[in-house]
Amino acid sequence: MSRGLRLIPIILFVWLVAGLAWRLIKPADPAIPSQLVERQVPTFDLAPAVRGKPGLSSADLATGEPRLLNIFASWCVPCVGEAPVLAELDAKGVKIDAIVVRDTPEAIAAFLREHGDPYERLGDDPRSNAQMNIGSSGVPETFLIDGRGVIRRQYIGPLTAANIPGLMEQLGQAR
Amino acid sequence: MKKFALLAVFLIAQPLLADSNLPPAYWAYRQLPDAKQEAKAQSLMVELRCLVCQGQSIADSDAELAGDMRDLVRRRIAAGEKPSAIRAWLIQRYGTWISYKPTGEPAAWPLWLAPPGLLLFGAWLIRRRIRLKARN
Repeated sequence: MSRGLRLIPIILFVWLVAGLAWRLIKPADPAIPSQLVERQVPTFDLAPAVRGKPGLSSADLATGEPRLLNIFASWCVPCVGEAPVLAELDAKGVKIDAIVVRDTPEAIAAFLREHGDPYERLGDDPRSNAQMNIGSSGVPETFLIDGRGVIRRQYIGPLTAANIPGLMEQLGQAR
Repeated sequence: MKKFALLAVFLIAQPLLADSNLPPAYWAYRQLPDAKQEAKAQSLMVELRCLVCQGQSIADSDAELAGDMRDLVRRRIAAGEKPSAIRAWLIQRYGTWISYKPTGEPAAWPLWLAPPGLLLFGAWLIRRRIRLKARN
């Protein structure tokens, strides 16, 4: 057998070790992005999640101006951390709606009292169906939707203050 | 006494608030009354990946979202929807990642071609050996 051919197993071995080392140093991102980004929001119609605020349907998301759709729940700890960021966006005039996953009206009302209520509409999603419909795999997540009801971006995990400039820029572009 | 105190501490310990405020969905832990439909649902559920415990199927996972996915699958099967349509609906939202059953996308072609390719390579090596031996 020629010399070059003999080197093949060694090269394969080094390649394998390098691959394993790379994934150990830089683990794969476990977040599952929605495939609906750059697509129309799928059709849904949700009952109000709290008393005194309207529910949410997909038609409410195509109003001619960009909006944020926040997926959250009162039992979700990172959602508490995200609340001040949403409050600041609300103060800047950003329109925010929500899908509330697996929650009760009392718990949601208590959450909004304690952490602020930046939402125009809150849709109740007791079996995570609307969440699945939009391709979201957890709470919190935020979708940026343009005036025609097309999803332009998905933010997986809690928004932080560092997201605000980028979000404002994206919202400005998503007319 | 100390042991009892320790035990008491463990007994009053509360799990971290990671569970939602609602009980599992109706069909999350219930089989469909029609055995044929349930079998259909079951064979689809073992092929769908849980979004939370990524590595388990939704049939195996106790995550609440997996329960809601089982509920969705059973409801749709009971309503007469085909398993392939339900799978397609989920793939449309989460990508081929959600399905354990291979979909034949181009990115996976090398994986399919590798076994016959390696077999051919092995056959070629053996043939070469036999020829070399015959010449000697």
